[in-house]
Amino acid sequence: MGHPILNLVAQRIALGLLLLFLASGLIFIGTQILPGDVAQSILGQSATPEAVANLRKELGLNDPAYVRYFKWLAGLLQGDLGTALSNGKPIGEAVSYRFSNTIFLASWAALFSVPLAVILGLFAVQYKNRWPDKLISGVTLASISLPEFFIGYLLMFYVAVILGWFPSVSIPNESMSLLEKLDTIALPVTVLVLVVLAHMMRMTRAAILNVMQSAYIETAELKGLSPFTVIRKHAFPNAIAPIVNVIMINLAYLVVGVIIVESIFVYPGLGQYLVDHVSKRDVPVVQACALIFASVYITLNIIADLVSIIANPRLRHPK
Amino acid sequence: MSDNLLEIKNLKIGATVYPPGEKPHDITIVHDVSLILKKGQVMGLIGESGAGKSTIGLSSMSYGRGGVEITGGEVFVNGRDILKIQAHGLRELRGREVTYVSQSAAASFNPAMRLMDQVIETTLLHGLSSKAQAEERAVELFRSLGLPDPENIGNRYPHQVSGGQLQRVMTAMALCPKPDLIVFDEPTTALDVTTQIDVLAAIKKAIKDTGVAALYITHDLAVVAQVSDEILVLRHGNMVEHGTVQQIIEAPKEEYTQELVKAHSITHEEKKPTDNPILRVENITASYEGTIKVLKDVSVDIHAGQTLAVVGESGSGKSTLARVITGLLPPSEGRIVFDGKELTPALVDRSLDDLRELQMIYQMADVAMNPRQTVGQIIGRPLELYFGMKGAEKRKRVVELLDEIEMGEMFIDRYPAELSGGQKQRVCIARSLAAKPKLVICDEVTSALDPLVADGILKLLLDLQKIENVAYLFITHDLATVKSISDSIAVMYLGELVRYGTKSEVLSPPFDDYTDLLLSSVPEMKLGWLEEVLAHRKMESAGN
Repeated sequence: MGHPILNLVAQRIALGLLLLFLASGLIFIGTQILPGDVAQSILGQSATPEAVANLRKELGLNDPAYVRYFKWLAGLLQGDLGTALSNGKPIGEAVSYRFSNTIFLASWAALFSVPLAVILGLFAVQYKNRWPDKLISGVTLASISLPEFFIGYLLMFYVAVILGWFPSVSIPNESMSLLEKLDTIALPVTVLVLVVLAHMMRMTRAAILNVMQSAYIETAELKGLSPFTVIRKHAFPNAIAPIVNVIMINLAYLVVGVIIVESIFVYPGLGQYLVDHVSKRDVPVVQACALIFASVYITLNIIADLVSIIANPRLRHPK
Repeated sequence: MSDNLLEIKNLKIGATVYPPGEKPHDITIVHDVSLILKKGQVMGLIGESGAGKSTIGLSSMSYGRGGVEITGGEVFVNGRDILKIQAHGLRELRGREVTYVSQSAAASFNPAMRLMDQVIETTLLHGLSSKAQAEERAVELFRSLGLPDPENIGNRYPHQVSGGQLQRVMTAMALCPKPDLIVFDEPTTALDVTTQIDVLAAIKKAIKDTGVAALYITHDLAVVAQVSDEILVLRHGNMVEHGTVQQIIEAPKEEYTQELVKAHSITHEEKKPTDNPILRVENITASYEGTIKVLKDVSVDIHAGQTLAVVGESGSGKSTLARVITGLLPPSEGRIVFDGKELTPALVDRSLDDLRELQMIYQMADVAMNPRQTVGQIIGRPLELYFGMKGAEKRKRVVELLDEIEMGEMFIDRYPAELSGGQKQRVCIARSLAAKPKLVICDEVTSALDPLVADGILKLLLDLQKIENVAYLFITHDLATVKSISDSIAVMYLGELVRYGTKSEVLSPPFDDYTDLLLSSVPEMKLGWLEEVLAHRKMESAGN
């Protein structure tokens, strides 16, 4: 112990847990001020006041808010996400199926977009202000400027309907082989890649260009290294921290922000599940999904922080 | 022809400049420079900033820094014109035949790579030897350059090694691939005077041991005299004079060279201390974040209209002393008496008048001025703040001040970017004097300037002291400056006052070991000075 890195890592993780706790509070408060009454919406407009009152009592909705919050929190700590109001089933099961689907989609999108973004960024640096750089910037900026539902429907129309290469609806199931699954999710993955590519590419380019101003880059050039070696060995390692940060934000977006893409392609992911249950006023499901999204965000950002800390030789090797 | 390692013929170098408020245009920064360097020879390129000396040095690697372009002439290395070869051929030249040692080794090492990997990178790249052989050679070089723990220092990262050591590691990096020519670009300028001497000795020994040829670029004639065989004096991109070291130093022909040789010609007769000092620093002890004491029980006096010079190397606490006096760093013990009354320790509690009477001038005039204000606004601000001057009255006073700093009214609407380094420092001086202070703290005010420009600034400060009767606390690491302007001197070492008294007392023997080291480390403009000093040294610098 005593190594500054370990202290920093412990500090970050502790902060992450605190943040998660605060997020759970915010989520709970947020769902409490939603309009409407769960019991009422379960039973429908024609329910008698007695029936609504009974159901409220049964669901524990008459307890004060803080009691319900701590009950919920205690359940969470034991791994119990609660029971869906709409169908009475445990939320955990549905969520784990949906969440693994979302992760499946996000992982494949990340697997293509992150290396592609970094490589394109490196190329853009090498051909700075020449046509390859302008082409890369232009295309990626155009793709980020189009709303994702627009790209989604565009691809669906041309690639799925006219060309017939991939299915327009992406519903993978257990009996499919990996290849069949990939074929199924090809279109949503493409949309997601196009959406996150520009941000990561631009940041890679900017971070490396910033480092390229340093005196040690001149030293490397005067050593007779080839331009690409200079970028790879001397510029890139010093630009990791900002690049990783922006990659993590985009990875988080791939998990949390896919709601629209999932809805378009009717993909059975967590986003679509959340949207369905918001319209049903199923508060426990909304809370559970929001909390999962929050933990994904916080975890990925902690990882980004940790990578930046570890990438810094001053912290890794103190005097 | 065969033993001409480097031959530069009629070299012309240009660049495009973007002056504020004007259209971009091309300028020539090197006009028609020619030189011949034989194998194993060392040539000193000397001149002030803007003389084109670095640009010429880098042209021997066919490299133009920041948009600089070689527009004419020929550069032969080992008989072939390197300006005509393509990028791939240049990569064979760079790092193999010609290597480079820069001014700031601290910035020139990749912070994310171990030193050893950087030192042997070129050797491996050009396939000159196996990794094990290269590492062995590097360790050998570390040892001969006098680096501590030569077997293991290569495993360190740049931030784990001191500035003087990094400069030597960079020299090892340049020597490792056994080049024919090394370009040394001000390799000791950023170092303390006491560290400079060790690095200089290491470089000289390395050149002698390996028989490598060198272009040694510097603005310091006394330094270059220790390592070179020949000297080429440059000014504004033109050749002024070329000769052997002895001829240049002992019998310079051109007027400009003569000026360079006798720089630091200012003399100043010391004034006697008075009974009532304007500032008393009494038993000050101070630390950052309460842990390490950076000032230990320091007491000095400054007298009205006189100059106290505080000298020492980096880490001696001299700038911290200034921070304590200005109130930026309240001391943990001791007190400061200014003009008969005790000053409150913290800046925020001081009255406007206390602030007015104590002004500062900084090393970097560039960053001490708002780039979006004109000279008139910069100098006018203290007039407005302290004296409530406005309009014509303020303008009149600004013009007076501009006359005092020998610049004149035509500069009033200029922006800092349109001024030279010396002019910027003059504006900073005028700004501090506008407040009619009793004491001005000058923190390394001439360190960033060329010697002749620095001389002008010192002369101005002395003249203004006579007119305004202002006292100076002059912080510097440069003893030549101290000799020319001070009335009393305080020598500091690792936070302690090691020697203090009037100029004649401090500079007369017998010396304590540290003052002796400091005094003897100032390069002197004579041949063989380096060897003489090293033979007589009693202690080493704290930065080693």
